[in-house]
Amino acid sequence: MSAPTLVDFDDVVDRYDPVLGLEVHVELSTNTKMFCGCPTTFGAEPNTQVCPTCLGLPGSLPVVNRAAVEAAIRIGLALNCDIAPWGRFARKNYFYPDMPKNFQTSQYDEPIAVNGHLDVTLEDGTVVRVGIERAHMEEDTGKSLHVGGATGRIHGAEYSLLDYNRAGVPLIEIVTKMIPDTGARAPEVARAYVTALRDLIRSLGVSDVRMDQGSMRCDVNLSLSPKGSGILGTRSETKNVNSLRSVERAVRYEMTRHAGVLDAGEKVVQETRHFQEDTATTRSGRIKETSEDYRYFPEPDLVPIAPSPEWVEELRGTLPELPWERRARIQQEWQLSDAEQRDLVNAGALDLVAATVEAGAPSGEARSWWVSYLAQQANTRGVALDELPITPAQVARVIELVSSGELNNKLARQVVDGVLAGEGEPDEVVAGRGLAVVSDDGALIAAVDEALAAQPDVAEKIRGGKVAAAGAIVGAVMKATRGQADAKRVRELIIERCGG
Amino acid sequence: MSPESSSAGGAITRDEVAHLARLSRLAVTDAELDVFAGQLDVILGAVARVGEVAAEDIPPTSHAVPLENVFRPDELRPGLTQEQALSGAPAAEDGRFRVPQILGEEQ
Repeated sequence: MSAPTLVDFDDVVDRYDPVLGLEVHVELSTNTKMFCGCPTTFGAEPNTQVCPTCLGLPGSLPVVNRAAVEAAIRIGLALNCDIAPWGRFARKNYFYPDMPKNFQTSQYDEPIAVNGHLDVTLEDGTVVRVGIERAHMEEDTGKSLHVGGATGRIHGAEYSLLDYNRAGVPLIEIVTKMIPDTGARAPEVARAYVTALRDLIRSLGVSDVRMDQGSMRCDVNLSLSPKGSGILGTRSETKNVNSLRSVERAVRYEMTRHAGVLDAGEKVVQETRHFQEDTATTRSGRIKETSEDYRYFPEPDLVPIAPSPEWVEELRGTLPELPWERRARIQQEWQLSDAEQRDLVNAGALDLVAATVEAGAPSGEARSWWVSYLAQQANTRGVALDELPITPAQVARVIELVSSGELNNKLARQVVDGVLAGEGEPDEVVAGRGLAVVSDDGALIAAVDEALAAQPDVAEKIRGGKVAAAGAIVGAVMKATRGQADAKRVRELIIERCGG
Repeated sequence: MSPESSSAGGAITRDEVAHLARLSRLAVTDAELDVFAGQLDVILGAVARVGEVAAEDIPPTSHAVPLENVFRPDELRPGLTQEQALSGAPAAEDGRFRVPQILGEEQ
């Protein structure tokens, strides 16, 4: 296979309109699977969370997990969807060993939630309304391990090994309507949508939405339309997009690839592609043997689901404060300008600052620590802010030590450095590094007198009323106390000692 | 949802049988294709007789029992041990079911 011709991104958006569609799978964090009572815990020994039902053994019968249906309805409501008053499960038949039943149980043409929307805020504050086509319930598949062959890939493998612990874990698939008119911002919109959806589902408490662990997975559908033509192009579906950054990169790559195909006068092949994390490219996953002929039919072993309006309203009443409501409340409570609010959200600091405030810190100081010093530290280490090894409670304690006068800002940063270096709690770092502010006037006076004696000309100026000259002495005292003095108190003492 | 085939007219073609056999990974000989096409045609023809009595206002039946909303509480139930789970498997390795090559070399 020859490498595809890529077109420069700016050139692509000059001449084509991208049309996006996103399918997100969310694994629910229910205690048990969708149709049986097996546990759903991540990382167990293979085939230890299985039973006759999820192994598809003869004579077993599935029964729907009520908590999974409730989670699906709550997700639908939070996405402003209509909840279907009646719907059935279907069998999606295919020949592939990741489901031992030889079919996946899914909702096909009768999804539980339809026709909603999610408002997505971009980095500059622009709001894009993403239409939600549907959210439906299904079950996850088992995990395959391909043995032999060059790369551990399915092609050329000698045989495969199957672990069915994940088979039957409840999944919700959320499908957007076509997202048109995003232009050069298509990659950003895709990422922002997945981020907003993740935050929303996390706030509902129905999934841990960890893309790195596969509890949230995204498929990116993309096509290009010649600019202004309104003619839809052929789409590709890119799977295996397992991080927010990858969502953005997959859209960008596919835009440049599609344009290359179209510019050459060729047709885009409707196919499944796989995102390659290492190169930020996609490769064709088109497999001759895979058929789209799934022969869906209603699952005879499961009776229809018919949520009553009362049940739906009861579940609506359980919706928590949703992320956008919370952001609006916090902005008002902390009296932030739109720009300050955006910085906070874009830095990924909102939850951390809120938690720091909950731990007792004033919002101004909490915000300042997270968006400046800690953001720098995260940046230097190349990690996300919430991956720094410091907790909001620890930051709140540092802030408290500053406001009580035990630390000045410089020392406080050293304490934070200590916490980040794994030296323990803030108080332990203070003790361990001997960082408390010298507040003993006796010790300070001695240092002040020493500094004045060392710079008699400066001392003379201060005695003559030039208070501004005291800065040089303050500096000397701070140096002598290794930064551990309270500069304001030092200044007062200098003026006192000079007869001010 | 209707099963996808052109059997409405009561005829299933040899090609359709071959297609279904491929989807099910069944090795069907040319001679068998003719036999099965004929047999399936009879079966579909018999089932199609339902259409003679089904009126416009009767939706297709998917469930024989008029039940809705049968749920189970989200509570753990004991399942199988790894040994039990694998006991019926033709082959196993490292606690996993071992299956033959799924796909051939990439085209």
